[in-house]
Amino acid sequence: MIAIALTVNGKPVAAEVEPRRLLVDFLRDELGLTGTHIGCDTSQCGACVVHMDGVSVKSCSLLAVQADGSQVTTIEGLASDGDLHPMQAAFREHHGLQCGFCTPGMVMSAIDLAARVPEPSPADVREWLSGNFCRCTGYHNIVQAVMAGARAMSTDG
Amino acid sequence: MHPFDYIQPGSVAEAVGLMRDTADARFLAGGMTLIPVMKQRLAAPSLLIDLARLAELRAISAKGGTLTIGALARHAAVAESPVVQARIPALASLAAGIGDAQVRNRGTIGGSLANNDPVADYPAAMLALGARIRTDRRCIDADAFFTGMFATALEPDEMIIQVEVPVPEAAAYQKFEQPASHYAVAGVMVAKAADGVRVAVTGAGSGVFRMPAMEAALADDFTPAAITGIAVPADGLNADLHASAEYRAHLVTVLAGRAVAAAMGRS
Repeated sequence: MIAIALTVNGKPVAAEVEPRRLLVDFLRDELGLTGTHIGCDTSQCGACVVHMDGVSVKSCSLLAVQADGSQVTTIEGLASDGDLHPMQAAFREHHGLQCGFCTPGMVMSAIDLAARVPEPSPADVREWLSGNFCRCTGYHNIVQAVMAGARAMSTDG
Repeated sequence: MHPFDYIQPGSVAEAVGLMRDTADARFLAGGMTLIPVMKQRLAAPSLLIDLARLAELRAISAKGGTLTIGALARHAAVAESPVVQARIPALASLAAGIGDAQVRNRGTIGGSLANNDPVADYPAAMLALGARIRTDRRCIDADAFFTGMFATALEPDEMIIQVEVPVPEAAAYQKFEQPASHYAVAGVMVAKAADGVRVAVTGAGSGVFRMPAMEAALADDFTPAAITGIAVPADGLNADLHASAEYRAHLVTVLAGRAVAAAMGRS
C-alpha cells in the first residue's frame, strides 16, 4: 500500500492505496464520487474524464498513485453553492444529453476545450470531443451546448 | 491488473539504477499505452518506475538549427509550444493529431518513441527529420533507433532523455487515420533539408520505414508530381480489417504527394 495525499474538488484527501488502484475506482469506490462513470474501461469512450491539475484526463487510464499531490476535479466539483457551472447550465439549456451516461465526461472534456479555445467552432468541438462517445448519438445538441458553454465561460471571465 | 510495486525516483540516475537492478521493471511516462496494456494483462511488470518527478525532462527549447524536446514533453505541450510551432510547424500539428485530447494531455514523446508502435505518428517524424535520440548514456540516430515492430535500439535499462531535431527547410505530415483510435492506417512525413529530402512512412508496415526512391526523386524536383508515379510494393505491408496491404501501398503514394504539397505551402 502507498500513502497518497491529493485535493479532490477543493478538499484534501489522504488514503492508502494499492499501486494498481485506478484513479476512477478510487474516486468512485473510496470517495463515493460516482458521477465519474466507467463506460468502456479501455480509455476510448471518455465517460471517466476528470481534471487533474487543470487538464482533462481519462481516469480509467491513470493510477491513483499518479494523482498523488495533484488537484483533481470531478463533475461533482463544478457547481458552487447550488449554481451550475456555465458548461453544465449550457448542457441543460441545449438539451445536450439523452440518457446522460456520457455527460459528466463530456462536460469535463468541454471545459478543458473552452479553457484553450474561448470561442470554439463546431469543427473544433467535434474534433476535441473525438475521445468522448455518446451512444445515444446526441452529438448535435452536445456541440451546441459546448459552444454556448464556452461562450458563457469566457463571458463570466 | 496484476499487482506490482511503484516508485517515483527523483533523478535519471536513480531511475536507471532501479531498472537495472529489478527484473521485469518498466518505466512509466504518460502511461497511455502501458496502463491499458497492463489492464488487459498483456504486460505484468513487477515494478513501475514512474518518471513523473523528472520535471526537467519536460523542457522544449531551440538553439541554432536544433529543436530539443524533453522525453517527458506531453503531446499537448509539443502541439501548443510556440517554439515548436515557429520552427517545425509540421511537428506541432502532428502532435495535435495524436489520439484524443486526453491522450495528448498525458502521453509523452519519449514514451511514444520507446514503445515504437508501428502505427504511431512520432516515429515517422523523427525518422523523416533525421532526429537524434539522446539517452542516459549515448545519442542514437533515428535511422538506427527504430529496429522493428515495438522494437528499438534501446538497451533494457536505457532511458530516453530528449530528442534533438534538426530544423528542416520545410516539412509536412499527412495521415489517413483510423477514426476511432486516430492511429495511422498510413502516415507519411516528408522533410526537406539542406542535405536532402527524407520520406518516412508509419502505419503501413511492421515499423516505420523510409522511401529512398521518393527521396531521390524529390531531391531533384520537390513537387508532388515527382512522386505520383512511384508505386509502393504491397509485399510485407500490413493487412487488417481497416485496410488491405494494396490499399495501404496506394495510400503511401497519395499521402506522400499531399505531404509534399503541404510542405511547399509552408516553405
